[in-house]
Parts: sequence; structure tokens; C-alpha cells
Amino acid sequence: MKLKKGIPLIDQHDQSGFWGGKFGGSFIPETLKKPVEDLTEEFKKLRKNKNFIKKRDHYFKNYIGSPTSFVKLENLSDHLGGAQIWAKVVSEANGGAHKIYNATVHALLCKAMGKKYIVGDTGAGYAGKMLSMAAKKFGLKCKIFMGAKDIKRQKPNCDAMKKNGAEIVPVYSGSQTLVDAVSECMRYWVSNCDDTHMCVGSTVGPNIFVKICGWSTAQISRELKLQLKSEFNKIPKKIKLINCVGGGSSAYGFWSEFIDFDKKQIELIGVEAGGPKKSKLHAAPLSRNAKIGVLHGAASYVCQDKEGQINKTESISAGLDYPGVSPIHCFLKDTKRARYTYATDEEALNAHVMVTKFENLNPSLEPSHAFAEAIKIAPKLSKDTIIIVNSCGDAKKDRDILKERLGNN
Amino acid sequence: MVSLINEAFKKAKYANRPALLTYTVAGDNTKKKSLDILKAISTHADICELGFPHNTPIADGGQIQTSAYRAIKNGIKINDVFGIAKEFKFSKKTTPIILMGYYNMIYQYDENKFLKKCKSSKIDGLIVVDLPYPENKSFSKKCKRKGINFIQLVSPTTSNIRLKKIIKDSHDMIYYISMLSTTGGKLKVSPKKILENYFKIKNQNKSKNVVIGFGITEKTIKSLKKADGLVVGSAICKEISKSIKNGQNAVTNVTNVVKRLKNKIK
Repeated sequence: MKLKKGIPLIDQHDQSGFWGGKFGGSFIPETLKKPVEDLTEEFKKLRKNKNFIKKRDHYFKNYIGSPTSFVKLENLSDHLGGAQIWAKVVSEANGGAHKIYNATVHALLCKAMGKKYIVGDTGAGYAGKMLSMAAKKFGLKCKIFMGAKDIKRQKPNCDAMKKNGAEIVPVYSGSQTLVDAVSECMRYWVSNCDDTHMCVGSTVGPNIFVKICGWSTAQISRELKLQLKSEFNKIPKKIKLINCVGGGSSAYGFWSEFIDFDKKQIELIGVEAGGPKKSKLHAAPLSRNAKIGVLHGAASYVCQDKEGQINKTESISAGLDYPGVSPIHCFLKDTKRARYTYATDEEALNAHVMVTKFENLNPSLEPSHAFAEAIKIAPKLSKDTIIIVNSCGDAKKDRDILKERLGNN
Repeated sequence: MVSLINEAFKKAKYANRPALLTYTVAGDNTKKKSLDILKAISTHADICELGFPHNTPIADGGQIQTSAYRAIKNGIKINDVFGIAKEFKFSKKTTPIILMGYYNMIYQYDENKFLKKCKSSKIDGLIVVDLPYPENKSFSKKCKRKGINFIQLVSPTTSNIRLKKIIKDSHDMIYYISMLSTTGGKLKVSPKKILENYFKIKNQNKSKNVVIGFGITEKTIKSLKKADGLVVGSAICKEISKSIKNGQNAVTNVTNVVKRLKNKIK
């Protein structure tokens, strides 16, 4: 299993859609074959179409607000000693998280295919909020599938979805979280694929959805590459790019331009949700050695039992609370290009507290997992090491959880 | 080797009616109960489909999901499913049994081991919902070598070119999904239209047995009786749920449903 250079990772799959011969693919019911093939053709065509790229860049700049800023966290770096800590503040993007890139591209694709309805899944509510925004912007009718547990814990984002005119469909099956929302959304698409487009909220699902999402979030690393050059005049010698990983859409977007670099120069570190310290449950298939399985149309490392039933997961962060992970991260793990670890709920909370104490930054619980790793390793590293954390979401949505766990502050 | 599936269709054709196929979930709501149901309904059904439940079923509607979650909650394991099938075949030697489920369960069990176990449990066929053509090519070949029918699914969205290839690669039976829906949806396409599509498939190769499934209930079954076979699943699962809720005997109630279904197509 080997990575190729000079080809985007999203395109390094074989004819059947597998990365490294075993991750990804399209394990879908027959009914979805046609709409998936149509979408694949459309995307193949449009990504080469200059007008479409122009349109995308126009909306990325004027609607999403690219580029998001790249800042040094001086106080945090001073406090910890060791490496310099920087943040790519992707939460500045319109709506408050990276999910807007994928949502915007899907809305454009939906329009191009002449479909009037768009549906999507959401965990933390950001994918849903952004899809509802993009749907409103482009005049599409929107339905969002969301686990009943997540609806309760991410209320601010649900309010936003409703305000944008989207219908939230609560999902009561299974653990009532993201995994069930994705299943229900796929079921809905099976029944309505003739006039409805489906947006998968992360780099998961059947092959084409991994590709579209990765292609959309890659904007983050394109910006970062330019920002690094303008800040340091060249790409520095020792960089660590730290990103949280649930499905893995922000991590792929953050890393895509840097995968060809030697890992001694640019190390890629993915941080999964380790769950509560005292619980056996987690959402960390990569770092806690889950077996390969098929979930939601793709083969990847999946938290599951011996029989292949999908395990319940637990995390304070709804956005990372997912038993599977992107096939491209499985590929990066097995080729040893990226290193994956996890942070517990408590570590993420502590990191959130520390970052907000020292910096004018309010990372949501998802990137707080990445900050936890940065805080852990920074003191042990040299001053010329540049740690960059993708602060990919804003903590406004976590208002209720933070209040409950940290009290009033 | 004689295919029991083929024989079952022949028998139904001889009686000038479509074959009746039932679907129940193994272990719903207990191992014993599901075996009792299976044995009882097979008096009226020509072919029995037995679901091996998965907790993330992306193509099943509410009724079958409920049955599957109930069975899993009651501790059903894949080896129990084989056990139920084996015991069923012990008493009903000529009734074909088809296992139906999602690929991850087979993948975790190991394809070869799974098929070996199917063989020793006398399973006649397999339906894998999320392993479409051409992804299923190698697995369906393995099935054929073992003398197990791999049943290809075809849907209203299947293109003509694709349809030809799928039929060419199919074994004795093809499953036509009546409409864009998960299992148990309300029939939203007219029976006339469904049969039109059905004959498009049937006329490509008359030697294949083509069945229609999804949305078939006591109300709709009669209108589709021109097909080689008709599958009823959700309506049966629903009856099991209802019986449990009302504290009634699920075996009797479900058997009555199947009996009525059969009478409608006689």
C-alpha cells in the first residue's frame, strides 16, 4: 500500500473506488446505483469546468469569507514553552465551521443537476446548519436528519437550521446520534432519489461523497500553504498539523496540500474522540485499533463487535461521535503518513478552558480535542517547531454542554 | 444439482399462481419463536426468506428495523441464525430458505466460512442488500460454486445496459424492487407500471424467476399476481410487533396473515 505523489488523495482510489485496495468502495443498495453514478459523472465533469470553478471560488470568497485567518497563539505558546502554537481559524468561515465548504459545493451540484430538494445528516449540527444556509442561499428545499440526542445537546445549531427554513427530522433509532442520522438520511434518499440530492456531511459514505467533501474542504490547506509562505517566506522545516478526526473532513481539508511533503518536515496528527475517561465507549476507530468493516456504504476502520454490529460510541463532542471514519484516513494510517491518537472528554474540556483563557479564540469541543494534543506535546518540542491546530468550529453551539460541565463562566 | 428454488417456482406455476415468498427476521422476538413462525408459515409460503439482523440497516423501513432491533436486543447471533435455518430445513426439507442481510456481517464472518456454514445449514440462496453488481461478482461466483443461489436485485433506477449485465450474471432468481423506497413503504407506483417494468426484466430471459418485493400487503398482492413470485416482509414483521404489543400469539396471527395472502393469489 503506497501513496502516490502529485495526485490528490481523493483521486488515488482504484476503479472500484477503493483506496489502498481495501478502504472505501460503494456498498449501496441497487436503487442508489444510478443516482450515485449520475453524481459521479456530474462531479467529474464539473470539477474540470472553468465556469464551475470560478463560481465555487466566487462563493468561497464572497459567501464563505475565504481566506480564514492564520494566527500565532502567543500567550498559549509562552505559557507552555517549547513549540510555537498557531491556529488556522477556520471557524471564521460563514456559519462558524468548515462544514460550509462541503455544503456550498453540494448545493451547487444539486442546482447543476436540476434537483430542487437537498437532504443531509448532521451530528454537531454544523453540517446541518451549513446545508440549511446553502440551501436558502441557492433556493433549495432542505431536510436535515439529526439524532434526537444531538438535537437536545446542540440546540443553538438546531435553532439556526429552523431559522433558515430547513426541516429537522429527528431520528430516534439506535443511539440517536450521528450514525443513526446518516442511516436515516440514506434511507430517505433511497426513497426519494429521483428529485432529491443527498449531501453526506463528511468524508465518509460511498466513494463519490468522500471525494466531493474532500475536494471542498481542501480549500483550507490551499489557503494555509499561501499563508505559511507569506508568514515564513517558505514552508518551515518542522511543522505539525493537528486536527480532530470524526468523519475526517476538516482533517483532510487541512492536510491535503501537505501530504506529498516528507513526514519529517510536516507531520500530520489526527486526534479522535476518546470518550469519557472512565468509560469503555469511545469514537476512535483509528487510534484504538478497530477492525475494518462496512458502514454507510464504505469500508473503513469501524467500532464494531465481532459479529459486525456497529458499536455504540460516546463523546462529549457530537461532531466526533461516529463509529466509522473516512477511508482516506484509514489509507493515511496504514501508509503511516499520518499519526492518529485520541483525547478524552476531560482532556478536550481542559484544552478548551486553557485556550479560551489565554487566547481570543473559542474552539468548539471538536477542535478542542486537537488542542489537547497540541498542549500535550508542545512543551517537549523545540522552539523552531511550528504546531498548527485547525480550529475548525466555534463553541457557540456548545453553550449548554460547557455550562453544564464547567459551570457559569 | 436440483435447485429447490427453481422447483418451488415450477410448483407454483403448475398451480397457475405466483410463488409466495415471506420474510421474517431470525430471532424475532426469540430464537424459538422465530423458528416456530417460520415452520408455521411455510405451510402456505413457497420460499422463506430469513433476515440476519444488522443494527445499521440502510435500506430497511420502520417495520423491519423494529424486528431487527428486537432480535438483536434479545441476543441473536449469526450462528443462531444458521441454527434456526438448519433446524427449519430438518423438518421442511423441500422448502427453500434464503438468508438476507447486510454485507458487513458476512465480511466479519469471512466470506468463505460464511458460505461453508450456509452449505452445512442447507441454505438455498442469499440476498445481500448492500453488495450490488458488479461489486458482488466475486462473491456471487463463490456462491455458485457452492450451489447457493446469489439473488441479484434490480430496481426502477437500474439502467437497461446494467439490467442486461445483471441478468446475465444472475442465478435462478432475480428480485425486482417495485419502487424507490425502503422496505415496507406504501406502494406509490401503480401495479400496472410495476408489471410493465417487471415484464421488461422477465422478457430478457424467460428462464429466470423474477419476483417483486417492497410495498406488498394483503391489499396490493392480488394486483401483482402475474409475477413469478411476490415477497411480503414488512406486513409480516408488523403483525409480529402487533401481536407482541397485544399479548397475542404471534405464530397464529402471522400464519393467518400468510394464509390470507396465499388465498388472494390462488
